[in-house]
Amino acid sequence: MTNRQEATRAADTGSDTAIKGRSLWSDALQVLRQNRAAMAAMIILAIVSLLVIIAPFLSPYSYDFTDWDSVSVGPSFSSGHIFGTDALGRDLFVRTLYGGRISLMVGVVATAVSLVIGISYGAVAGYLGGKTDHVMMRIVDILYALPFMFLVILLMVLFGRNIFLIFVAIGAINWLDMARIVRGQTLSLKNTEFVEAARAGGVSTTRIIRRHIIPNLLGVVAVYVTLTIPQVILVESFLSFLGLGVQEPMTSWGALVNEGAQELENAPWMLVFPAVFLAVTLFCFNFIGDGLRDALDPRDRSR
Amino acid sequence: MGNPLLQVSGLNVTFATNDGAVNAVRDLGFEISRGETLGIVGESGSGKSQTVLALMGLLADNGQAQGSASFDGQQLLGLSSDELNRIRGTRISMIFQDPMTSLNPFLKIGRQMSLVLTQHQGLSRRAAMKQCADMLDAVHIPEAQRRLSMYPHELSGGMRQRVMIASALLCRPALLIADEPTTALDVTVQAQILGLMRELRTDFDTATILITHDLGVVAGLCDRVIVMRDGRCREAGTVDQIFYRPADEYTRELLAAVPRLDFERPQAEVTAVDLVVAQEQPPAKKNDRVILLQVDSLQVFFKVPGPGIFSASQTLKAVDGVSFGLVPGETLGVVGESGCGKSTLARGILRLVDVTGGRVCMLGRDLGVMDDNALKEARSDMQIIFQDPFASLNPRMMVRDIVAEPLQTHQPDLDGAAVNGKVVRMLQRVGLEPGHMNRYPHEFSGGQCQRIGIARALIVEPRLILCDEPVSALDVSIQAQIVDLLMELQASLDLSLIFIAHDLAVVQQISHRVMVMYLGRVVEVADRYSLYAHPKHPYTRALIEAVPIADPEIERRKSSTGLEGDVPSPLDPPSGCAFRTRCRYAAERCALERPRLRMVDETAVACHRVGEI
Repeated sequence: MTNRQEATRAADTGSDTAIKGRSLWSDALQVLRQNRAAMAAMIILAIVSLLVIIAPFLSPYSYDFTDWDSVSVGPSFSSGHIFGTDALGRDLFVRTLYGGRISLMVGVVATAVSLVIGISYGAVAGYLGGKTDHVMMRIVDILYALPFMFLVILLMVLFGRNIFLIFVAIGAINWLDMARIVRGQTLSLKNTEFVEAARAGGVSTTRIIRRHIIPNLLGVVAVYVTLTIPQVILVESFLSFLGLGVQEPMTSWGALVNEGAQELENAPWMLVFPAVFLAVTLFCFNFIGDGLRDALDPRDRSR
Repeated sequence: MGNPLLQVSGLNVTFATNDGAVNAVRDLGFEISRGETLGIVGESGSGKSQTVLALMGLLADNGQAQGSASFDGQQLLGLSSDELNRIRGTRISMIFQDPMTSLNPFLKIGRQMSLVLTQHQGLSRRAAMKQCADMLDAVHIPEAQRRLSMYPHELSGGMRQRVMIASALLCRPALLIADEPTTALDVTVQAQILGLMRELRTDFDTATILITHDLGVVAGLCDRVIVMRDGRCREAGTVDQIFYRPADEYTRELLAAVPRLDFERPQAEVTAVDLVVAQEQPPAKKNDRVILLQVDSLQVFFKVPGPGIFSASQTLKAVDGVSFGLVPGETLGVVGESGCGKSTLARGILRLVDVTGGRVCMLGRDLGVMDDNALKEARSDMQIIFQDPFASLNPRMMVRDIVAEPLQTHQPDLDGAAVNGKVVRMLQRVGLEPGHMNRYPHEFSGGQCQRIGIARALIVEPRLILCDEPVSALDVSIQAQIVDLLMELQASLDLSLIFIAHDLAVVQQISHRVMVMYLGRVVEVADRYSLYAHPKHPYTRALIEAVPIADPEIERRKSSTGLEGDVPSPLDPPSGCAFRTRCRYAAERCALERPRLRMVDETAVACHRVGEI
């Protein structure tokens, strides 16, 4: 609260020249800094990301190297396999980090794709309303009706197997939900008086959507994104399981958890390590999402 | 006088917040006897609502009440919620401000009302329903039996407030607490509800605590009054003492802030209002100045889906043939009950809604034939101020961006510094500080938010401002400030205003001419003096009569027969004269023929019987 008092004092004493603009984002960042859970989550996530990026330099083994001397051994520092190895003698530590690369990338890229398409599509449909809205939402309905698997297989057949196709496929499905949520919110927002005030002021439609509608959607969107990222990571592991996603020897957290679950009885570490990484990451995204939602709402700052 | 029913002394209410303890009520004491009506008056934030919430044990979780409140010998503060529940609803009842939200939309009226009886008195369902129907009769709801099986949304606002009163009285409580019971209602409906409460007071011998910010409401209904400010009692006394011999400075200020219809303002203080009043006439005669805005038989119809799946859609005639002209520097007041189309008229003029017929010309140019670019340009000449100061400001934008937005739209080549400079000057102009630029709307009070709204409207230097109930959501004293500000701005900037309100007193203060609307049509247009001194149309008369006057004598003398009933549905307006269903002078002709506006002594009025009544 001291922050706000300071801000108030500064504002009160400020003269014409001393007033500098603040933006929604810089303000939000300041609030976010005070949110301990979100900050901790961000730090952990940063560490995980860093680990994932520099993975090859941390271990003498590569992700597809088979160590015939130690097949399916538990974690030990002496052997250098600190997370143990899998049934094919591959180092689990390296594989977990490499898997993290794929999973995080899928989660972030696919969500970003669905975010951009979903928000703009939903906001436009909701704001314009009428026939445009009808046509746009019926297109969404039709896309919903397409079987997801069919779409993925079709893409594979047409373009060959490629991890980027997975991004595209998942993004292409997820934006549908986002568009629906955003449209619903927009419908209620567009009747508010501040939107009407902007229209009366001659503000153009694009500008109204950009400045008045979308910022007020962010709260809902932030929550939805934190739900989407885990979902996307899980969808990817499902695809990998079916042989449509990441291919051996490359792996992802989902694929690793899947393998580990099958070996649960004789090699529990194969499940535990990837699962912990996956769970911690998903937790972090949740906390950050909550923090963002609060930070982006100026009305909450008085608390 | 005997034992008082409720005796409160040394009441303190504190809220623990992150910023430290906030004292909402400090050392308040009062008492109320059986059958007596006590008014608690104060602006928002004065602690009047918190006082009664504390008595009812309904404070928010972080609130705490100390002191003593003895109700019929029983100490109320510190009771467990079980014990309180036995008192609440049976011995003490409460009526809330908003009848729209205090009824459960999923329960039928009868079920909702009878719950109290079946729960507290163990009556059978049938007996409870019978008693509910009787009570609805007592609050003058027609066809009470049928209403019991209706849902809240099927009733009008006034009806719902009657239902609230009826359910509050079901268990014959000894004390009734009414928290702003009429604030959300139209003047005419307010008059009906106040009349009802006056009548019930004698019928049921209930003690009533009436909380309000409107001194006019208090004048007619209360025996004694407490004036509160910042949690303290500033003055307490009988109604006559408070109104005729106010001892406290603040009470006098409050009384002075109440706009009056009788226009006997004290000569001592000369405000901007008086200056304009002193000028008397509209700034110039119409014929020797340009007409700024000309509206010709404007029609705005909405298509509404029919009741059945296959029935044809119905037409809602929100505005049906309204014409008027406006010269620069003139203020046109538009009044009428809610649903009369006054807000739609404003939106039709601005083309915020699609216009069905008629023309709107700004400085001789027809807005209807303009393309988007021309319309955008024309809009820089006409701006709008909204009713709800909070809803009309984007909560995620800072004041600077809000105020600068129209400017950036109409003069996109201005650089940041120039925009900032203009915004600062405009904020100062409307009485805000430059330092307020970097704050968000929620950090301001309602009055300040309304000033931001005014700054946003004025920044592009428009010639015309449409004010859509700009002061209805504000406290009386703040209302006066905003009205003064608007009048002062108008005088110095030569603005034209269209001032929409349901509060006739405010309209009279600010307008040169007043237009009265009923169900989408104009029923009377006159300059403000003739309108208030000699209202021609029966509807105008009813509206004027319904305004509560801050003068107990006048209020007590008022006949209780105000305007009956509610506005008919605009989907199915009465034939002929739309007002005939509520008009006490209605004759056969009124049902057959739609009256046209015609001139009677400088007043345009649409009534067949204007000469006879």
